Order: sequence, then structure tokens, then C-alpha cells
Amino acid sequence: VNDDSKRAEWSEEIAAIRDHKDQRAFARLFEHFAPRLKSFLMKSGSTAEFAEECTQEVMATLWRKAHMFDGSKASVSTWIYTIARNRKIDMIRKQRRPEPEDLPWGPENEPDQDDVIVLAEETEQLGRALAALPEKQRKLIERAYFGELSHSEIAEETGLPLGTIKSRIRLALERLRHSMT
Amino acid sequence: MNTIKHHLTDALLIGYSAGTLPEAFNLVVATHISLCDECRSRMHSFDAVGGNVMLDAGTAEMSDGSFDAVLAMIANDNTPEAAEKPQKAAEGSVFPAPLQDYVGGDLSAVKWRRIGGGVSQAVLRTSPDATVRLLKIPGGVAVPDHGHRGVELTLVLQGAFKDETDSFHTGDIEVANEDMVHQPVAEEGMDCICLAATDAPLRFSRLLPRLAQGIMGI
Ligand SMILES: [Zn+2]
Ligand SMILES: [Zn+2]
Repeated sequence: VNDDSKRAEWSEEIAAIRDHKDQRAFARLFEHFAPRLKSFLMKSGSTAEFAEECTQEVMATLWRKAHMFDGSKASVSTWIYTIARNRKIDMIRKQRRPEPEDLPWGPENEPDQDDVIVLAEETEQLGRALAALPEKQRKLIERAYFGELSHSEIAEETGLPLGTIKSRIRLALERLRHSMT
Repeated sequence: MNTIKHHLTDALLIGYSAGTLPEAFNLVVATHISLCDECRSRMHSFDAVGGNVMLDAGTAEMSDGSFDAVLAMIANDNTPEAAEKPQKAAEGSVFPAPLQDYVGGDLSAVKWRRIGGGVSQAVLRTSPDATVRLLKIPGGVAVPDHGHRGVELTLVLQGAFKDETDSFHTGDIEVANEDMVHQPVAEEGMDCICLAATDAPLRFSRLLPRLAQGIMGI
């Protein structure tokens, strides 16, 4: 079961790293996320050695890019996940990964705190929704993210009920777009 | 941009989020998301699913001295990393930024090669597990009808085409699979420019296009 109660707080540790180069905040993040990321990478088929190396690099990236963290678009766990995924593609496949255009900030130049809180809540809801899925479906999703399913194998399974956080992010993006035009 | 009707499938977005798609498919997905707020928000959702799967995957003990090793890594590297995400393409561009990265510029930078019937293509360089190309189809012209061994993604960047299933306009993506045989026809008017990726060669239905297949390299 996810450690839901703590999840919203992690963005404060990121801010402490960004603003004060706070090593104690970094140590707390490391203690929580590094063993989980390492385990995830091993379950995705990596050796313990590779998983250790990749996790270390991801944690170093987290420190360096703390200023780029945007809590209105992703929770800390999502952010760490995407850094790890990109790092792994880079290390294993020696490929670059095409990324969508980034949406620039609106005039306020900072994510809206309300959006950050709502996104954290919605990510928790998504976690609970995932945990409540029937075992078979949950395993399927895990296998997709562990890299055990090809695209066509995923395509055969339809109707995954994962709509939870779509609407809110979309609204936030639309508002951002409108505020710029 | 606000009238996109045909979107990425959940399977493609999960594959993109999990990092298991071929590079050619990643490019089509990233290009569509650059044009489509709906799929952008779905991508964020699927990334959040990935974060949750990571959190629920148990724990594995880090090696002794691991934390200090990371601190040393940080201390030894002062070079600020360049921003990962492509900036927004210039106003008036036909190609979103991720596609411009592969082309080396906008539409005017494409090195077209004629492949017959008035159709031109430009194959983009990616990993060999799938191929991706730009297609330029003059208004009213048909691409030979064909079936698919694998998956074919076709994203419209300019103009429009229609086939047996529906019509597809700028920003729309058609996801065609094994069962589909279709004949896309560019709608009258400006050239239809598409970004098309396949993970297996196409199969043309008629004799003549089949012969052309070797030449066209589709
Ligand atoms: Zn879309
Ligand atoms: Zn086709």
C-alpha cells in the first residue's frame, strides 16, 4: 500500500533542495525513494548492479534539476519515475527519447499552489484506484510498466479505468494556454 | 488544434509512459502530444500510474555508501544540464519541436524523394525496430491501398486525408492494425503532410503497388 499521507510533503523537500541545497531534505528523499526505485528497476529486468547505478544517477539528477520540478504537473513520485525511465532508455537502448513540447509558464511564472495541492491529491486518488483494481487488471498494468508487455499485447486489453486525474490537469492546462493568448 | 478528433490509444500512451515503444513510435506520440492538450493530460496520468507502480514495487536495499556516492557525484559535476524538453516551435511552424529535432528544421528543411504517383517521402533516422517517415500527398491523390503486418500510426500535420474509416485533419492520428486494409486519399486543396510510423512493412493489395514496394521502401 502506498505511503499516501506523506506524498504531498515531498515537494517541500524538493523546494528545500532547490532553495537551500538542504542535504537533510535530500537524505529523507533518498531514504524513501531510492530503495523503491531500485526495486522497481530490478522487477523491470535490471540486474542489482545496474539498478543501483541507475538509482544513484537519478537521485543526483533530482538534486541538480530540483529547480525544474513542477508540482502542478507531476507529483514527486511521478517526476522521479519519469527521470528514471528516461535515464534507463538512455543507458540501455542508447537512444534519445523524443519529448513533447513543454508548455511555458503563464504570466505568474510559478505553478499555482492550489494546482500543486490538487495534483498531489489526485495522484493519491489514482494510487487508491489502482490498488482497488481487480488483481488481474492490476497485474496487467504492472507488467506493462515493468516492460513485460509489448505495445500490441497492451492493445489487446482495453477499457482500463484510469480516468481519474485527466480532467483536472486538462483544465489547468487550458487555463494556462488562455492566460498566454 | 482545438478540433482534434482522433487521439492516441491508451495502449500507445502506456507504452510511451513505460518507455517500451520503438523510437519511431515515440516520435509520433511526442509530436501528437505537442498538438493535443487532451493526450498531454492523459500522458501525465499514465506517468502518474508509472510513479505509483514504482512506489508499490517493494524496496531493495541500496549498497553501502550509496548516499555518499551520490553526494560525491553531485559535488563533482557542476555543469548545468540543458533543458530536456524541447522549447516551443516558432510561431507559424508546421512541425512541432520534437519533429523539428529529427528533421533539422521545419517543413522547408525536409529533403523529399519522389516515390511515384505524385507522392513524396522522407525517412527519418531512428532505431531500426520501427521506421518513421514524412509523406507528402498532393490534394486528391491516393496512397495505394494496403494492409499492415504490424501497427501503423499516421499523424496529419497539414491538410487532410480520408479513408474507409473516417477523415483525418491536422493533429488527428490514425492507428491502423493488422486487420485494417485501407486506401488513404488526400482531400482536395493543399498537400497533405503526414508523419507515419510502422513496426513492420506494409502490404500493398494490388500488383502494381506491390512492385513499387521495393522501390518505395515502404
Ligand atoms: Zn490527442
Ligand atoms: Zn495504412
